[in-house]
Amino acid sequence: MFGFHYKLERKAIGFTLAIIGVASIGGLVEIAPLFTIHQTVEEAPDMRVYTPLELAGRNIYVREGCYACHSQMIRTLRDEVERYGPYSLAVESKYDHPMLWGSKRTGPDLARVGGKYSDEWQVAHLVSPRSVVPPSVMPNYAWLLRNDLRTNDLAGNLKAMRAVGVPYTDEMIANAANDALGQANPDDPLAAGVTKRYGEATNVRAFDGVPTRLTEMDALVAYLQILGRLTDAPYKIVASEAAPAVKAQSEAKSP
Amino acid sequence: MIEQLTKNERQLAIVILLAITIWGMAFAGAGQGDPLGAHGFLIMAAGIAGIFWVISGYFSPEPPADRSDSYYDDPSRAGILFAMAWAVAGMFVGVWIALLLAYPDFTFDAAWASFGRLRPVHTSGVIFGFGGNALIATSFYVMQRTSRARLPDQLSPMFVLYGYNLFCVLAATGYLMGVTQSKEYAEPEWYADLWLTIVWVTYLIVYLRTLARRKEPHIYVANWYYLAFVVVVAMLHIINNLAVPVSFGSAKSYSLFSGVQDAMTQWWYGHNAVAFFLTAGFLGMMYYYLPKRAGRPLYSYRLSIISFWGITFLYMWAGSHHLHYTALPQWVQTLGMTFSVMLIVPSWAAAANALLTLNGAWHKVRDDAVLRFMMMAAVFYGLTTFEGSFLAIRSVNALSHYTDWTVGHVHAGALGWVALITFGSIYASVPWLWKRPAMYSARLVEVHFWLAISGTVVYVLAMWNSGIIQGLMWRTYNANGTLAYSFIDSLVEMHPYYVARAIGGLLFLIGALVGCYNIWMTIRTAPLAAEPTPGAVLEPVGDFPEPAAARQAAE
Repeated sequence: MFGFHYKLERKAIGFTLAIIGVASIGGLVEIAPLFTIHQTVEEAPDMRVYTPLELAGRNIYVREGCYACHSQMIRTLRDEVERYGPYSLAVESKYDHPMLWGSKRTGPDLARVGGKYSDEWQVAHLVSPRSVVPPSVMPNYAWLLRNDLRTNDLAGNLKAMRAVGVPYTDEMIANAANDALGQANPDDPLAAGVTKRYGEATNVRAFDGVPTRLTEMDALVAYLQILGRLTDAPYKIVASEAAPAVKAQSEAKSP
Repeated sequence: MIEQLTKNERQLAIVILLAITIWGMAFAGAGQGDPLGAHGFLIMAAGIAGIFWVISGYFSPEPPADRSDSYYDDPSRAGILFAMAWAVAGMFVGVWIALLLAYPDFTFDAAWASFGRLRPVHTSGVIFGFGGNALIATSFYVMQRTSRARLPDQLSPMFVLYGYNLFCVLAATGYLMGVTQSKEYAEPEWYADLWLTIVWVTYLIVYLRTLARRKEPHIYVANWYYLAFVVVVAMLHIINNLAVPVSFGSAKSYSLFSGVQDAMTQWWYGHNAVAFFLTAGFLGMMYYYLPKRAGRPLYSYRLSIISFWGITFLYMWAGSHHLHYTALPQWVQTLGMTFSVMLIVPSWAAAANALLTLNGAWHKVRDDAVLRFMMMAAVFYGLTTFEGSFLAIRSVNALSHYTDWTVGHVHAGALGWVALITFGSIYASVPWLWKRPAMYSARLVEVHFWLAISGTVVYVLAMWNSGIIQGLMWRTYNANGTLAYSFIDSLVEMHPYYVARAIGGLLFLIGALVGCYNIWMTIRTAPLAAEPTPGAVLEPVGDFPEPAAARQAAE
């Protein structure tokens, strides 16, 4: 072996090719099968795509680096499920380009924060976190309320998402900017188009409290309120797992 | 530096800079109303400034025809200065954001000054700005000495260095404007990534062309590591950054992969950025500068082979340990854990090889703070790789993941290993590169050493404590079988440790500033002797003479 190496280290190109070969194996074995093994991502027929407003909110979440302190991945550990809700499934982030699972919890996990707090609470908390949670160390995001949301690039964003595999229809792309306006203004005639294209369960509200003006705050709160609610699959799985466990527990106690 | 270019190279430089200027103009035009437009103007300004710089030296005499008999060190000198500048900038932002976690109002009501935007400025500033420049500078230096060959031409190494720094500036300014892919340690957007790919492929070509010119039959160990660093980082960078931009005029892109596949690709990248950027590259540094400074041959050639191929093979499997208990299939998690534990073997082989090289030179470790920097780096390398394997075990990771323990672990490696070996190597090479008898002040090197060590220890101890407290509080149940603490309870407990962490970081930053002063004063002192006559390979210089070429510890 050392004799072979003694020869190999005299050839620059051979040595470089050897590095490429040896370094490729791990990734090939671990990553490639994730695209081919069917069970990797669960089935969830009710899974819906992000509306243009939610996608814009997600892009703001990315832009501000929220993922540096908040994870969106509840692990399969008892304390996490009790604290945050059912553990995260792979299917829940199948339209997430890129994923925002995170690696650090300076703040709590947000995978199931959707619907947990009111819009008013979210807005107050984002403008000044310490006004509602005194010990918080989160930055103030007051400018989100000051900035108008850019809507002229939303169709392009949906188109790029479709290019990487998210099933947006031509109709959704054509109406992207209007749907963003409509979702944050329930009294506007545009609002009807949002529920028609994205489903009756879609949140159509004045997220930042002001229906007439579309701000970055509208987008971010719309995104936060949908987190964990794009599909019911995780709740069903936990319910089906809990049933036998509860039965076993009661059996163990009965004698 | 322009005087070192031949006439043809000066013309080619102007053509390249014109192309960069046109690229900037195209972005400035297409990206109106988008951060991309601002970057267009920045790229244009860089191109125009470069053109003026080349023109200012355009009519100076050409370098002598026998230049190929001596080494070409201008890029190494510039790279070391860039590295120190980025070190101060990156560490300053680090201390700032550390303070933000203890005192969240220690900032302005401006988007750019919030934690989320500053944090990647810190990570990219220290990893790519400080670490990357130090790697480029030292690799050019080491590859020439160990090959006994000059760099193949004068222009391409400068293109690599300045092009790389343009990438770093695009990255850092982009974060402040909110331009990020959100992939940790791969945050820059598609156009910066494409630019880095061009620069990086040029870097590989420079390396291979220099090796092709070498007069030593064998390629020295340090070059194996530098080569692995260049080649594998290229692979990782290209695959992890596959994305579709919204348009030519938009900074935004969407990654090609989503969800679980994206997570696995990202941490395959993320962990191997640690392996091949922060480990392999700096091991290359260590394998050259430590034996040189100690004046001892490398302890074992066979250990080098085992550790090199062990690291190259095993690390690539380890990334999935970042995703324990997540929606990633369990078989991948288990593979990641297994290979992470096995990694202890090549890692400790490399650390042991370095420390055993010091046998017979331990009195120098006592007397010479520069060598002590390198010795402590090897010690921290050993400690951090042990901790890494330990944290990769699933049941340990259940406690440590998402907590400050990970942050402490990263900084034990980044401060204790990467920064210490870099400072040691820079202190060793500054007198060699500028032909000075020694560093301006050995005592200031000593001061820097102790500031760096105490800063690292304070930082890591603070994060160990806060991390373990966090992890335990999150999983503590009370007698009724419900969770004992709310999330915010755990956050309140972190405060004293976050203050301590900021103090540790500040000590480390002050050390880097002392280093900058010392390097600056060294450059300002009188040169040792006249420039070596062309044709002569570098003469031994100063109190730590540098032999003409590294000895291959071959058997």
